[in-house]
Amino acid sequence: MKDNKNQAKVRQSGSSKMFDFCNYVFMILLGIITIYPFYYVVVASVSDNTQLQFFKGILLTPQGFDLGAYKMAFQNPKLVRGFWNTIKIIGLQLPVNIVLTLFCANFLAAKNVMFKRSLTLFMMFTMYFGGGLIPVYLNMRDLGLDRSVWALVLGNALSLYNAIITKTAIEGIPESLSESAYIDGAGELTVLFKIILPLLKPTIAVLILYYGVAIWNGWFQASIYLSNDQLPMQNILRAILIENADYGTSSSAGDVVANTYTETIKYAAVVISTVPIITIYPFLQKYFAKGVMVGAVKG
Amino acid sequence: MSERKNKAVAVGSTTTKTFGQRVIIDWKRNKWKYILLIPVVLYFLIFCYKPMYGIIIAFKNYKPSRGIIDSQWVGFQHFRNFFTSRECFRVVKNTFAISFLSILFGFPAPILLALLLNEIKNQKFKRVIQTVSYLPHFVSVVIICGLIKTFCLSDGVINVIINFFGGQTHNLLEDKNLFYTIFVGTDIWQGIGWGSIIYLAAIAGIDQEQYEAARIDGAGRLSQILHITIPGILPTVTVLFIMRMGSVLSVGYEKVLLLYNPVTYEVADVISTYVYRVGLVNAQYSFSTAVSLLNSVVNIVFLTLTNTICNKVNGSGLF
Repeated sequence: MKDNKNQAKVRQSGSSKMFDFCNYVFMILLGIITIYPFYYVVVASVSDNTQLQFFKGILLTPQGFDLGAYKMAFQNPKLVRGFWNTIKIIGLQLPVNIVLTLFCANFLAAKNVMFKRSLTLFMMFTMYFGGGLIPVYLNMRDLGLDRSVWALVLGNALSLYNAIITKTAIEGIPESLSESAYIDGAGELTVLFKIILPLLKPTIAVLILYYGVAIWNGWFQASIYLSNDQLPMQNILRAILIENADYGTSSSAGDVVANTYTETIKYAAVVISTVPIITIYPFLQKYFAKGVMVGAVKG
Repeated sequence: MSERKNKAVAVGSTTTKTFGQRVIIDWKRNKWKYILLIPVVLYFLIFCYKPMYGIIIAFKNYKPSRGIIDSQWVGFQHFRNFFTSRECFRVVKNTFAISFLSILFGFPAPILLALLLNEIKNQKFKRVIQTVSYLPHFVSVVIICGLIKTFCLSDGVINVIINFFGGQTHNLLEDKNLFYTIFVGTDIWQGIGWGSIIYLAAIAGIDQEQYEAARIDGAGRLSQILHITIPGILPTVTVLFIMRMGSVLSVGYEKVLLLYNPVTYEVADVISTYVYRVGLVNAQYSFSTAVSLLNSVVNIVFLTLTNTICNKVNGSGLF
């Protein structure tokens, strides 16, 4: 290994070094461009509202220091309700997602199943063709699911892409494991829940991440199907960030100091809503690269 | 040897058994696989195939009070209306423009990043850059658009930089000429890292001996990239390109809806946002469904066309 390195060093020509240098500079620039917006949000969220509004330039350090925006965000009934609505949708939808994905993958990965080809085709077709926005909406209305979170939960019950990831993971489990269980007299269900499922833990983690992030970040379907007090967090964020709804002025008459956080509350809300994803991110990181690979590399 | 025998037995037995007998054997063996699949099939039937049946309202004059079946047939009237409408040219042109630009710049970007990341020998540095570059993928489109709005303000960060280089500052989102740049640029910003994963995986699958052989033959790094790495990932690139072409006419509505404003409607209004506005906001269900059906059909045509071309050129089509 060391030898190799030395050899490589000897062979490295001037142009190669130049290439390396440019490459590193490019990567560092990319890193900065990627990180800066997030850094900006955090710094702005703890800044003083008035100082931030008058600040011109590239924000590098907090302008003043005031955590009031966070306090205000946590006290805002709409934001808090949005947060709980998101949690509620996740609580209802995630179990449905995981269970259906597992059942679907269990079938797709099975061998010696007679109707596998036709049923696979039946499912795959929906990846390339769908009803479109309006027929899907009218279907939900006919089913009586609009104005209900079940439109989101059942309408997104399964992502075939995730099922294929899970299928590939099941296929990676040595066949001898399930075969020996069958010989010992285990049924299909025992094999699925006692042998395959425990070995799928990393894949389940990936599924939780993929489905979870999709629910956490979703806003469009909610804006179509749900009524105002059912709206999840992203729709409240949309009101604050895009439509400039004023959430930062305290309206209660009892306030001695009329503090306003019109600007900083935007950033505080972004931080609050992004923190959960950033916290689970490092734990799941080692799994998800694997998850993406199996989905589409043509082998 | 024994495997071949088994196969022969299996073939022999299937030919002697009737269809019904085979179904019974299959049911005995795989009963639970089918039973567990029932909710999955129900999901597809109710939430995917039933709306597909609903597409026939594109050929009808759908009235919610009458339902799909009893609404009156109008044939291709809605399609004709769309083609003769003022918006038709505008939304089709905008959709193609955004799609073309994001294929031209957005598709190669992650490939380029993967190639460059592969050249970095410091594994720790490489991992840090990768981790950082995946991050925007997990941030919601609402937050991304909120940030774009803030950064594009006339006193925002980007304008500070423009000003530094002596440019004219203005609200960039209210500039018709910049909408595509902002749209495609931020798409790349969000997707470049995540998109590179798959190419890095493909690069990792290339036989290392090829590189050694090339080095012995005196190939430089650039020629190694050109003659080994790129051909090595070409099948993956082809597959992803075909899939990308399959959505050539589907510029998502989410980001456009969040970013456009009255000044940029003219360049930003795409088919999907048009369908949304006409269909859901104005409740012209049939007309809107006709437009979106047209959209899907064009997408499928592009998908199969690209697939055929790829099959002819290097035999690595998707199907």
